Amino acid sequence: MAHFDEELDASGLNCPLPILRAKKALGGMESGKILQIIATDPGSVKDFDAFARQTGNELLSSKEEGGKYYFLIKKK
Amino acid sequence: MDEKKLAIIATKGSLDWAYPPFILASTAAALGYETQIFFTFYGLQLLRKNLNLQVSSLGNPAMPMPMPVPVFMQALPGMQAFMSSMMKKTMKKKGVASVEELRSLCVEAEVKLIACQMTVDLFEFNTADFISGIEYGGAATFFEFAGQSDICLYI
Repeated sequence: MAHFDEELDASGLNCPLPILRAKKALGGMESGKILQIIATDPGSVKDFDAFARQTGNELLSSKEEGGKYYFLIKKK
Repeated sequence: MDEKKLAIIATKGSLDWAYPPFILASTAAALGYETQIFFTFYGLQLLRKNLNLQVSSLGNPAMPMPMPVPVFMQALPGMQAFMSSMMKKTMKKKGVASVEELRSLCVEAEVKLIACQMTVDLFEFNTADFISGIEYGGAATFFEFAGQSDICLYI
């Protein structure tokens, strides 16, 4: 299991809530810290990619496991 | 990099049409956009403290229905309220945020909400019924921001 500092479970939430919750969670974290996000919305795969590119936070990994999506984002 | 700007005009006040402005504005704010929504005509209903937004299948043949209902039946008393509550239930079940939640996320993210003063006067709306923290203005107010925006949407 990859290292992360905080975790956000956005399972069951639909667009745009996972992104908005992630933004909020990142807001309370220090630069360089890593947030793991768990989501069930299939649209979140492309959305977190786009979110990272537009905000400058780094998407370290994005994977699907057992019907859930896991993202690791490093705060800018 | 300069902050990007998104300007939205929200003109509709039904449950389904309430979503695009609030989804786009809250997401844009999360992406670092400075965002404004100008509410005019029926869009002003989206600023009420107590939202009782409805959706209607009348005049909207594309609305998915759990079962086919003839158009004349859709016009029966209570049908609109029934369909609206069904829609809200489905949204909740699917993890779609409520309009209230998206709106408060917009407020939290400092999306500027502007009510069209002309419409307020036209429909004799009581501004005490609207949420606090909104501004009132006209077309020129909108253009001051929209003129510098990167994206401008009419919804």
